[in-house]
Amino acid sequence: MAVTQISIDTHLLPILEQVSDPEIPVLSVLDLGVIREAIEKDGTVYVKLTPTYSGCPAMDVIGDDLKIAFEPLGKKVMVDLVLAPAWSTDWISESGLQKMEAYGIARPLSESADKDVLLAGAKKVICPQCKSTDTHLVSQFGSTACKALFKCEACLEPFDYFKCLK
Amino acid sequence: MKSEHLYNYILGIADNSLILGQRLGELCGHGPSLETDIAGTNISLDLIGQTRSYYQYAAKISGENKTEDDIAFLRLERHYKNVLLVEQPNTHFGFVMGRQYLFDVFHLLLLKELQLSKDETLAAIAKKGIKEVSYHKRFSGDWVKRLGDGTPESSAKMQEAIDDLWPYTQELFDMTDSDTAMALEGIGVDVSKLKKTYYKEVTDLFELATLEVPQSTYFSRGGKKGVHSEHMGYLLADLQYMQRTYPNMQW
Repeated sequence: MAVTQISIDTHLLPILEQVSDPEIPVLSVLDLGVIREAIEKDGTVYVKLTPTYSGCPAMDVIGDDLKIAFEPLGKKVMVDLVLAPAWSTDWISESGLQKMEAYGIARPLSESADKDVLLAGAKKVICPQCKSTDTHLVSQFGSTACKALFKCEACLEPFDYFKCLK
Repeated sequence: MKSEHLYNYILGIADNSLILGQRLGELCGHGPSLETDIAGTNISLDLIGQTRSYYQYAAKISGENKTEDDIAFLRLERHYKNVLLVEQPNTHFGFVMGRQYLFDVFHLLLLKELQLSKDETLAAIAKKGIKEVSYHKRFSGDWVKRLGDGTPESSAKMQEAIDDLWPYTQELFDMTDSDTAMALEGIGVDVSKLKKTYYKEVTDLFELATLEVPQSTYFSRGGKKGVHSEHMGYLLADLQYMQRTYPNMQW
């Protein structure tokens, strides 16, 4: 996976693991790959956070949640938004992708397959409920900036697809 | 002087996104279908997100104790630098998609150049925006095609929208003093050079959409210099209402 260098102090990992994406609560910020750096210095945790989409309101909430998570330990949190390199769906961990599917959101396809699906109506997205690929696009835009709306023809369930972003 | 040009340059780009984002936001809950409603607000969210990145950067270099909110909400009409195209009021869905498409094509061409900027922050914002704006253009372009090549009624409405919007397209390629200064430094983009590619792409799509390329030779300009159409005041009254009524309120 094309992941750029991440540097996180290992003793911070258990706490970061508990901070989740407010829109997809089964994913921790670590699963999502938005934390690029977390370093503790003199009782303050310095976090570099990369937004998924420019206007994603989850980023403000994640910043607040990080502060709340470290508060009982008497640690302050300073969040710095970092735009480059831009976040990519490749940064979501494999365990994150599995949790996402179990939660009912189809995982992002490869870049070319994603184009086939969103532009040419190819049937490649796997229904998270019944695993059929007999699925079709309902709306290019979904409940959040990162998702598109699909429907499965086999089990007739509508579901979200996490769009490939590279 | 250089930082003043940079400040103005950033606002010139960001204001387009803010005002178009506001226009799309007005349609929240009023889209013709659930899917198109969600699409409009998603695009609005991307644009306002990009605006925030630009304004945060502008606030940082302003040398004054400004915040992104001050820039967004506390300027007077004449100080907004957006083009006239993006402030045109919403009418029917075809018009909204036409306005969006005419801006998206320009926006993507601009960001593709801006990602090469010597200014690292602008390059980073642009790079991130490209992914989002490509998706916007795909959506708006599809609708222009679908409505243009649709029923006689949708086609007539789409044609009328394009005819009405066309006179606002040339302003996109005007260079302000700050644009020129920043382009010379390798920070900004010489938008006048994007004109040919823009009109080629747009007219190619019109052909697919069976729409006629408007023949108007009159082009309206002024927004970039702060001289806006009458619609702008109403838009700002809505946009600035909270900060004007409850100064310094936070949420």
